[in-house]
Amino acid sequence: MTTEQNIDQILIPILEQVSDPEIPVLSIMDMGVVRTAVIENNIVKVEITPTYSGCPAMDVIGDDIKAALKVAGYHSEIELILAPAWTTDWITPRGRKALEDYGIAAPLNAEADKDVLLNDKRIVKCTNCGSQNTRLVSQFGSTACKAQFQCDDCQEPFDYFKCLK
Amino acid sequence: MKQNLYNYILGIADNSLILGQRLGELTGHGPSLETDIACTNISLDLFGQVRSYFQYAAKIAGDNRTEDDIAMLRKEREYVNVLLVEQPNRDFAYTMARQFLFDIYHLLFLQKLEKSKDLTLSAIATKSIKEVSYHERFSGDWIKRLGDGTEESKTKMQDAIDGLWTYTDELFHQTEADKAMVAEGIGVDVTKLKETYYKKVNEILEEATLEIPESKWFQKGGKEGVHTEHLGYLLAELQYMQRAYPNMEW
Repeated sequence: MTTEQNIDQILIPILEQVSDPEIPVLSIMDMGVVRTAVIENNIVKVEITPTYSGCPAMDVIGDDIKAALKVAGYHSEIELILAPAWTTDWITPRGRKALEDYGIAAPLNAEADKDVLLNDKRIVKCTNCGSQNTRLVSQFGSTACKAQFQCDDCQEPFDYFKCLK
Repeated sequence: MKQNLYNYILGIADNSLILGQRLGELTGHGPSLETDIACTNISLDLFGQVRSYFQYAAKIAGDNRTEDDIAMLRKEREYVNVLLVEQPNRDFAYTMARQFLFDIYHLLFLQKLEKSKDLTLSAIATKSIKEVSYHERFSGDWIKRLGDGTEESKTKMQDAIDGLWTYTDELFHQTEADKAMVAEGIGVDVTKLKETYYKKVNEILEEATLEIPESKWFQKGGKEGVHTEHLGYLLAELQYMQRAYPNMEW
């Protein structure tokens, strides 16, 4: 089992055009869900892995990849794989920045995440004013991958992308 | 071997399917926006896991069966979930108590299933553990919050724990498929989870200042397809679309 990605260089610009339908600023490449994309006998074989098991975006992402590759002249086969399981560590620095700019606090490391979701430690920065004077409203948010927070300084409610390790 | 593996997968997946459906009933009906969203998020995680299990089961069956057929077109006696997960929501204390009593088991079970010789089951377990850890924290927190809360919330939570306690022992009963799969190094020996389970449950109940029920009388039957009256009503709703419009697709 390997956590390495295997993606043909030539396919990267095409795949970078596909974004998460629920977080449109985040490309699927920056999210780290594409694990394999190789050209074999003129067919692109793509393996994607879900962020959460029940993530309803995965079917759409599969269709969008197919469509983007078709525009570029490739036929493709998409397969959903479960191992190795996706982790928030696979979100690229560019992806993290895109999340922050969009108003979603990026995931912390697992230990910090545990503190913030369990012990009410104030580590998550408000995406609006940057204050750390924030609190957890709910461990579950608008989608499976997010928790709800609120800033006690500027009062802005915001999403936090939950750490998965 | 093949039939045993198929039955074994259903034994795991049916628990998540039925509990997911119960939680889904709260969509738009939760006691507050945050708890409503939480319960339905947990439901979504469980349905996601169920899809992985049933897709695998359909592949093993090797006929034209699909994941939807397995989920939607069985008769009541063919569902092998434990009685605990089919119990109705009644009130929020019941919903959380049911969740808590299942989550503690679920996580212990998945941590063992992760070591299965079957690579697909092991991969589903690894994926699910990440999600179920959040479920366990959520339901455990509510046990403490309501148990150690007001007089009324404590009474309601104690009632819920007392009412559901009788369904906990069944989690640790072995079916024929269980025994066969344990022998193959694929399945989890649930009898070995029992001690740790009650230890963990009791710790949280004590922290929540709740009484640990003393009753030694336990219900069983779900794993053999003999259910409480509640399952029929749940299935009527779950299966309505496929029964009314056969082969309908999303």
